Amino acid sequence: MNENCPDGAKGPGEIHTGSTKINFAADTQRWMEVMAERGWTVPNWPKEYGGGGLSTEETKILYEEMLAIGARAPLVNMGTRMFGPTLLEYGTEDQKQRHLTVIARGGAPWCQGYSEPGAGSDLASLRCRAEDKGDYFLINGQKIWTSGAQFADWMFCLVRTDFEASKHNGISFVLLPMDQEGVTVKPIELISGSSPFCETFLDNAIAEKRDLVGQLNEGWTVGKRLLQHERSGQGGLGTGAQRSRPVGVTIDLEMPDVLNDYVNDPSIAPELRDRVIDWEMKSAAFRLTQKRAGEESRDGKTPGEATSVFKLYGSTLAQDRQDLIVDLMGHQGVGCEDETFTSDETGAARSWLASRAVTIYGGTNEVQANIIAKRVLGLPD
Amino acid sequence: MTEYTQDQATFREVVTKFLQAKSTPTDVRRLMASDEGYDADVWQQLCQEVGLAGTHIPEEYGGFGFGPVELGIAAEEMGRHLYCGPFFSSAVMAGYAILNGDSEANKQKLLPEIAAGSTVATLVLDSVNDPNQVGRQLRVTGKELDGTAPIVTDAHIADVLLVVASGEDGLGLYSVIADADGVKISPQQALDPTRKLSRVAFSGAEVQKIGHLSESGLNKTWDQISVALAHEMIGGAQQLFDSTLEYTKVRVQFGRPIGSFQALKHRCADLLLELEWAKAATHHAAFCLASGQEPETASMAKAMASDIYMEAARAAVQLRGGIGFTWEEDTHLWFKRAKASEVFMGSPHTHRERLLSLMEEAS
Repeated sequence: MNENCPDGAKGPGEIHTGSTKINFAADTQRWMEVMAERGWTVPNWPKEYGGGGLSTEETKILYEEMLAIGARAPLVNMGTRMFGPTLLEYGTEDQKQRHLTVIARGGAPWCQGYSEPGAGSDLASLRCRAEDKGDYFLINGQKIWTSGAQFADWMFCLVRTDFEASKHNGISFVLLPMDQEGVTVKPIELISGSSPFCETFLDNAIAEKRDLVGQLNEGWTVGKRLLQHERSGQGGLGTGAQRSRPVGVTIDLEMPDVLNDYVNDPSIAPELRDRVIDWEMKSAAFRLTQKRAGEESRDGKTPGEATSVFKLYGSTLAQDRQDLIVDLMGHQGVGCEDETFTSDETGAARSWLASRAVTIYGGTNEVQANIIAKRVLGLPD
Repeated sequence: MTEYTQDQATFREVVTKFLQAKSTPTDVRRLMASDEGYDADVWQQLCQEVGLAGTHIPEEYGGFGFGPVELGIAAEEMGRHLYCGPFFSSAVMAGYAILNGDSEANKQKLLPEIAAGSTVATLVLDSVNDPNQVGRQLRVTGKELDGTAPIVTDAHIADVLLVVASGEDGLGLYSVIADADGVKISPQQALDPTRKLSRVAFSGAEVQKIGHLSESGLNKTWDQISVALAHEMIGGAQQLFDSTLEYTKVRVQFGRPIGSFQALKHRCADLLLELEWAKAATHHAAFCLASGQEPETASMAKAMASDIYMEAARAAVQLRGGIGFTWEEDTHLWFKRAKASEVFMGSPHTHRERLLSLMEEAS
């Protein structure tokens, strides 16, 4: 890896998302390609689907070696993290051959057609309709919060295929290409000024029958498993490089360098010092627990309900961190323009606004707490 | 962080089984109402039959030669069962202080007796809040000790006092016979009756010097004690959490178990998370002590364990409603221990500051 990792793929920076609609820096592109050749973009997937065929233990070593040379993750997207692992479990041989091999070589970014305007926390009440037209489904409805839909080639989508059945039993999990007449994408502008989420309108959109994952009307099971993969990787605004990094066990101030100036300011309120160290401890304990959970699932078990534990706490930590950063900055933490404020300071302000989303997307903290209460603690309905 | 071995898991089972039989809430209530605060027979069994007091003491001094991880396991189970006895004072506090000292003769003499339970020792510190404050009240001149330590655990039943005091050449560790002239031990009525406290005043008491105590030596002992205490605390917190969760499943109001209400579900979920992280931090700290790495994790463990124990204690009372603040219900036994432990060997705030200072030194 040391010989093949370009300098431009080391340290903080751009990570390949597999999008065919974005031009990546040459080093980002090259790093993704050399890793894909060995299947190391998705090291623990089977070789026949473009993976590296590595065991969990070997994958861990690979990540440790990447960390040792400061290499970023070669490829991170919904395909590598969420959809791929789900398809490995539920997909047909044909689906795996067609989709996983493309994901593994960074050839197609995916987006997630889950939430609808009327189906957020209560996702299973979704109403997007799919009609059986023989060899394809005809889909009509609206999806919302589709992250990266404007850069995606494919969407995995929950649709209602039976309006008579109870709400969990009439849902199917289908795959559809984004570049078709029936699909319209509109970015949603957020309070941070960026638009990572979209509205996606489906007007007579088409999904082929061979792209139905799992059984007809049994898509909820598939969709829930994908959410577990999603939540196990969530809980932060961190980059893919941080996510795939092996969990450290040393306490380190995971704050941008600029913050040292604020933390070492003798006039800083003791209460803020206390919060900094409290956050550091919780963050370290969080990593330790993640590591233990990783060790416990060394036998290759897929993530279960406990992923809600990590989603809930990780997202809270990420949000608390942004709160703490702007609190430390005081009036320097409210900037939008570069004249009075440094770019670090305006960046902190934007991240603070963006962090409002982490406790909401992927299932709100309140929904995660409900799942934990029911599935982990066994509390009654 | 390493996982527990099969042997360590078996060791936990042995400790649990013993305490389930010998430290029931009925036992705890009986002992906390007594002056001695412990059952001498059970203490002898604990030392002789189970051998717990020698867990971390090397075999050459009559112990079992295990380390902080195994000691942590024992402490965690004692916290869970609220064991009343001088284990923490004698084996953990005094034991570690002697082990860290440089007097081979004292190790040879005292440690086998401490491991066997035939001698009860305790560690006398004039500050139980901050290692930087230690040695300001207790002073040794020649061979005579003067000054007062306001909070000493189990001094009322101790045979030997290990005293940290300032001498002519800085901090030192001294031993004093508990019933010697010039030693006044006054038991104090304290909030937590399951671990007895005394005020210990010295006026010209004769001391035997065990050794010089460097700042790093004192901090090491402080860390070891803090990590053992953190284990005790997460054991107690786990007990409170388990019993409270069970209560919310069986207590019916408005025609349904109260655990079905979302307000309680969310509080329980939050507690679970905080408890899991505190356990991870505490177990990790023991592994770090064993390997001599990352000394700052001791303060992290003590701070987090303190916070979750109090939080679990508050929730245990609140979620039980009225019965939660009655004498009849057992919750208050742990509630009081939680508070007493929170401020013993450094409050969470003190440990957070200590941790931040260590990080600042390192960077």
